[in-house]
Amino acid sequence: MKEYLKLQDKKTTREGFGEGLAELGEKYSNVVVLGGDITGSVMTSIFRDKFPDRFFSIGIAEQNATTIAVGMALSGKIPFFSSYSAFAAFRNADQLRVSVCYNNANVKIGGGHSGLTVGPDGATHQSLEEIALLRALPNMTLIVPCDYNETKKATIAVGEMIGPAYIRFGRPKVALFTTEDTPFEIGKAEIFRDGDDVAIIACGSMVWVALEAAKHLYNDHNINARVINNHTIKPIDSLTIETAARECKCIVTAEEHQINGGLGSAVAEVVVKSYPVPMEFIGVNDTFGTSGEPEELLEKFDLTWQNIYNNCLKVIKRK
Amino acid sequence: MNEFLQFDNITFENKKHSISELKSISLEIRRDIIKMLALAKSGHSGGPLGLADFMAALFFDNYMKYDSSNPNLPSRDRFVLSAGHLVPVLYSILARAGYFPIQELSTLRKYGSRLQGHPGLDTELPGIETSSGSLGQGISIAVGMAMSDKLISKNSRKVFSLTGDGELQEGTVWEAAMCASNYKLNNLCWIIDNNDCQIDGRVKDVMSIYPIDEKFKAFGFNTIEIDGHNFEEIRTALNFFEENSKSSSKPTAIILKTFMGMGVSFMKDKYQWHGNPPSIEQAEQALKELI
Ligand SMILES: Cc1ncc(C[n+]2csc(CCOP(=O)(O)OP(=O)(O)O)c2C)c(N)n1
Repeated sequence: MKEYLKLQDKKTTREGFGEGLAELGEKYSNVVVLGGDITGSVMTSIFRDKFPDRFFSIGIAEQNATTIAVGMALSGKIPFFSSYSAFAAFRNADQLRVSVCYNNANVKIGGGHSGLTVGPDGATHQSLEEIALLRALPNMTLIVPCDYNETKKATIAVGEMIGPAYIRFGRPKVALFTTEDTPFEIGKAEIFRDGDDVAIIACGSMVWVALEAAKHLYNDHNINARVINNHTIKPIDSLTIETAARECKCIVTAEEHQINGGLGSAVAEVVVKSYPVPMEFIGVNDTFGTSGEPEELLEKFDLTWQNIYNNCLKVIKRK
Repeated sequence: MNEFLQFDNITFENKKHSISELKSISLEIRRDIIKMLALAKSGHSGGPLGLADFMAALFFDNYMKYDSSNPNLPSRDRFVLSAGHLVPVLYSILARAGYFPIQELSTLRKYGSRLQGHPGLDTELPGIETSSGSLGQGISIAVGMAMSDKLISKNSRKVFSLTGDGELQEGTVWEAAMCASNYKLNNLCWIIDNNDCQIDGRVKDVMSIYPIDEKFKAFGFNTIEIDGHNFEEIRTALNFFEENSKSSSKPTAIILKTFMGMGVSFMKDKYQWHGNPPSIEQAEQALKELI
């Protein structure tokens, strides 16, 4: 594990979003936030309380909020709209496509409570398909940060870039293991652990799980896994992925998302074109989620270090 | 398990009840809601408690036609819960109507349960007509069912659908309203739970949807606004729909004035109870009030 990583605590990624947004508000007077009735859950409430004049409650109206954001962006503001990822990417998909992306409008979306780990709310609220949808949109930048610190950095970074962007984050506390010193640059995947026996490419909360798998692979089998934090799904860092394919000669991807169309698909598109090697994909396999506790669901849906570990052993044999 | 969180096995019939009987039915429903939520340790308490009275009358005072031993009876009336997060009240009603074992209420929101956090057709729980949970969609599904019944099958089934008041902020809700009157869906009864609470606060502060009554009138509905905790008024409203379904060409909107958390003093009219379960201690206290 790189020296700039250190397991400190457990903390939610949504706090990183909320605090990053408040920092942006401090720095730029044209940052505005639109609320979709769940401002406490997605923590835009921090910005609202600090800058009430630049916060607008739109109600439960994700389509309207998205297009209102476009109007504000076309008037020189930097609007952020945030809701649960299930409704901030899908309910407004047409608005995102035509009004946000085709206009190349400077609109930022925060998709909270993503993935299985929203837990007991069940399938309707467990968004597992946004990566597939959003990475198909021209002009869109899509980031899935791995912990609290990185979500905060990513939030500030998307505020400072020009163009449409979506940040996907979650509800529960997850490992906080990046630090102030951990590099973060949009579009640049970061190697969190060196190795050349197998590459594990992950995003979001699965990055820490991948590091766990790598530790066990080394302890049990002397296998050196390269762990890549692929936080930016779009634009994808082709160079880092191609280099991993060339040097490790096999790849496992891991994401809290459908396998269909997700991070794994994005990586495979690069690999197949540049340097084909065997791959295994870890994610939700073409099924909806269900009610349960977050940890329980990750286990039932095989999003565990053990499954990454087993798939690394399997893919190494296919080299 | 704490004794006070156990469920008795009483079921209710769908026949004309006295008002005092309806009151005791709705108390039972409220107790179920508190127990389910306390056991689940997550979920929505406030909205379901506010709807216990109306739902008790709708299902147990001979207004809807259904047969719990034959949930897919082709001639049944249908109830579509558009505000999927309110499902604890529906689970309690369905169990007490005999659709599934009452003891299953204790599994709400647990892994493997048929009682999902938001209703899912995938678990095949008897009595659930559609999945819902993404606000604003259920009412359009109800419009589709009413169109199918009235315009294609030409039968006399009725469709009841319930939305929240915050839910009315979703634009597609008004597309559904437009369509319902355009196709003269007098077989559709749209119930609006007007507790003026949503997650971020009062509906009038988050994004006003008032006046509700005049909006629905302008969209071509017969409307009636009632106290959603008064059984006489609930009966008047359901009879109003019954009458309209025969003599009017318009769909009906029933606007229920309710209190979130009704029945439990420390929850009543507090939007903070929209999406929280009671702790075990709070549940014990609530159950003492619900007798
Ligand atoms: C499309 C969509 N957006 C957001 C949510 C999250 N959400 C669930 S309930 C709710 C508030 C609903 O308010 P209301 O309809 O008044 O119901 P009540 O608060 O009375 O239970 C919100 C925003 C959702 N379920 N679906």
